[in-house]
Amino acid sequence: MLEFIQANWFVAALLALVLLALVFGALLGFAAIRFKVDGNPVVDQINTILPQTQCGQCGYPGCKPYATAIAEQDEAINRCPPGGETTIQALAELLDKEVVPLDAEGVEDAGVKKYALIREDECIGCTKCIQACPVDAILGSAKHMHTVITSECTGCDLCVEPCPVDCIDMLQYPTTLTNWSWELPKDPQLIITDLGRGTESAINSSNQGDAA
Amino acid sequence: MSEIPVTQIDTGTHTQLDVANRKVWPLPGGVHPPENKAQSLQHPIKPMSLPAQLVFPLSQHIGAPALACVNVGDQVLRGQVIAQAKGFVSVPVHASSSGTVVAIEERPIAHASGLHGMCIVVEPDGQHESIEFSPIADYTQCSAEELLDTIRNAGIAGMGGAGFPSAVKLNAKQPIDTLIINATECEPYITADDALIRERSSDVLLGIQILKHIVQPSQEVLIGIEDNKPEAIAQLRAQCTEHDQIHVVVFPTKYPSGGEKQLIKILTGREVPSGGLPADIGIVCQNIGTCEAIKKAVVDGEPLTSRVTTVTGETVSPQNYDIALGTPVSHALAESDYQAQGNQPVIMGGPMMGFALANLDIPVVKTTNCILAPSVTERPPNDIAQACIRCGMCAEACPVSLLPQQLYWFSRSQNNTQLEKHNLFDCIECGACSYSCPSHIPLVQYYRSSKAEIRAEKADQEKSEKAKQRFELRQERLEREEREKEERRKARKEAALKAKASPSKQDVISDAIARTQAKKNNVAQADKSAPAAADSAKALDPAAAAIERAKQKRAEPATEQSPEDTLKTQIATLEKRIAKANDKMAALETSDSTKIDALKSGLALQQQKLDDAKAQLAAISSNAVDSASAPATDEPMDAAQAAIARAQQARAEAGNLSDDEKRAQQLTSIDKRLSAQQAKYDELLSSDPDKAELIKASLDKLQAKKAALLEASS
Repeated sequence: MLEFIQANWFVAALLALVLLALVFGALLGFAAIRFKVDGNPVVDQINTILPQTQCGQCGYPGCKPYATAIAEQDEAINRCPPGGETTIQALAELLDKEVVPLDAEGVEDAGVKKYALIREDECIGCTKCIQACPVDAILGSAKHMHTVITSECTGCDLCVEPCPVDCIDMLQYPTTLTNWSWELPKDPQLIITDLGRGTESAINSSNQGDAA
Repeated sequence: MSEIPVTQIDTGTHTQLDVANRKVWPLPGGVHPPENKAQSLQHPIKPMSLPAQLVFPLSQHIGAPALACVNVGDQVLRGQVIAQAKGFVSVPVHASSSGTVVAIEERPIAHASGLHGMCIVVEPDGQHESIEFSPIADYTQCSAEELLDTIRNAGIAGMGGAGFPSAVKLNAKQPIDTLIINATECEPYITADDALIRERSSDVLLGIQILKHIVQPSQEVLIGIEDNKPEAIAQLRAQCTEHDQIHVVVFPTKYPSGGEKQLIKILTGREVPSGGLPADIGIVCQNIGTCEAIKKAVVDGEPLTSRVTTVTGETVSPQNYDIALGTPVSHALAESDYQAQGNQPVIMGGPMMGFALANLDIPVVKTTNCILAPSVTERPPNDIAQACIRCGMCAEACPVSLLPQQLYWFSRSQNNTQLEKHNLFDCIECGACSYSCPSHIPLVQYYRSSKAEIRAEKADQEKSEKAKQRFELRQERLEREEREKEERRKARKEAALKAKASPSKQDVISDAIARTQAKKNNVAQADKSAPAAADSAKALDPAAAAIERAKQKRAEPATEQSPEDTLKTQIATLEKRIAKANDKMAALETSDSTKIDALKSGLALQQQKLDDAKAQLAAISSNAVDSASAPATDEPMDAAQAAIARAQQARAEAGNLSDDEKRAQQLTSIDKRLSAQQAKYDELLSSDPDKAELIKASLDKLQAKKAALLEASS
């Protein structure tokens, strides 16, 4: 063996390389079949970031199609008004893209959570909103009053347009004892009358500052 | 306030302490704010007079708000249940005096938000009459479940400040080795527990005995108390000599030793795991005020209707009161000679963790241990926050060993992932960091806000996950429906082709049977899959029936009848109709002249149709069958299809139109028809005056219809 290598070192090296290539090729081939990933994991990752309102304001019929478009067709990441800035930031971080301002033509209150409410006295029972709702959050049957299951409503706005009698309102969630929260303190803006506020030491220190 | 002496911040460097022969463990961090406890301990606890109105919020505890069970105008007695517990983590609310329910409405309640909550308002009659209490003579004979029921029904929720329903907390599933009674009262100014122990130590001890009987700790009962309450300690020690397993543990005063997890650490050296409960390490903790309430509930049968509350601060004469729950803060202040100072806020709770009241009509609730009305010099307005100088004082003061400075930066940049990684949710919001901050940064407010934001984010994520599922399920359903429809269509097409290929009578019949069978199956499937709405719509809608008829019509000529037969049947029906119309005309001749005109024109039309059909029949029979059959079969097919299409369209449109819109549509169609008829009429007038006469009649009819419609719409 050793003699053969010493005698035909060139052939031996070549053989060794070929052998290695075959082994690694087989390994990779096996791994490719054994650990095959179904679907595009990036799509799912993007989809979890999107707010799942299924509103179609991005121009795609739902969040998943938009996620697919971002992943595969290089669609812009700033087309989700319900998600607002936070979604754009999360997407930019995930995909290593620039943070761009929201592309929201005609959308005034992007990022504000809302829910649909049917003015039930005015509902004529046409079932159009039921057909429009992407998450089956509207209950009712033909010629009977419909109502929105508020806890399931994503606030996508899609039921408002088809209503022939305009009895659906998009409302903001009211602040209640359960969802109230402390506000983040704002950075103080010092105005001249603030200088003496609080203790005497504040005044002293400001005087000292003047003297210095 | 602006400059804190360094001695006020505890660096937590000392190791183990021995006070009165019992080992205690040191607490990291903590601060030593001025105690200001002596002021309110000058006099014994004083019962407070009844106010003009008692206000009982339905939510005085953590968990689901109680459900009001009285009506406006009802007479209630002290101790009567006025709102029942709703769910497991909830407690009932009792009236604290006798009187009349005057309102059940939204009122400002004791909450940092200043928001309103549902309240029952009772106007006391001054009799202070109680219901019949049912005391338990010997609690040792009762099971833990019975006693827990009693405690729950007495409306007892943690009286130290958090207000967690006591029965729920005592009902731990895990085995308990140590019961801890929290008599720490570490916040400055508050002396309610201190005064309670001094004056009612035997009651308190009895409450602890009851708790011990319920929990059955395998090791011992520890009463944790700070060394700044010597009188209370002496009282407790005097009471405890008889009871073996109850130990009074005294430890150095430091804020916030009274936090549940902090006290457990000090007394046992054990740490409650992050996100866990004391029960996870075999410990149950109760406030000493709760013990007294439990004694009252069990031994006297009296529900929680009053509590000891400290009213203190430089703008009142400090005093501990026995206050009836529901007493407005304004009444309590008036009773203690409150001298309002400008916009100086009144604080519910202590100076460290309490919150400023937005409204002085807010009532005293089960968790109110202190009402603090400080003067301007005592509690100057908040200093303006300066830049963080990264001194690290906050980290030294933190009793949970967090990194307040890091949390501050992450909170500012709303970096929620990092906040969670830095264990923001272990923060007990004690305020030691804010207190020690030389830049006066309101650190705790940052943490509170960030906590709320993270919670909201989690809730949103959960909701969007649910929305995603619902969306996908819906998508799946729609696809399935589409597929089924396609399959049905295919099956029909195949059947039709088959029938065409072998038009023998036997086959036709068997095909028809097969078709009806298939239809039945389809209907059954549709019933299962399609929403009920669509079905009922079909049943109700006349348009659907029309479609059905048209479909039938289409199916018939396609499979069974030759063109000749079709024409023959047409002729037969036309003849029948004409005969009928003639009869009708005869009947109407005498009574209604306007209708006769219409009938006449109709009759003429029918006659003409009959003539046409007859001519066609003649043509067909004379021609070779082959050449005639193709167009003849196609024609009725097309007509039927067109009818179906029209009917479908009409149904779709009719479904979503309001009456006015329907009428408008009818009008336009009539107009169209009118103009078409008019044109025809003009054209025919010159060539065929007979036909023109006929059209004239229908023209008149249309105009009449239009007039009627216009009238209806106006």
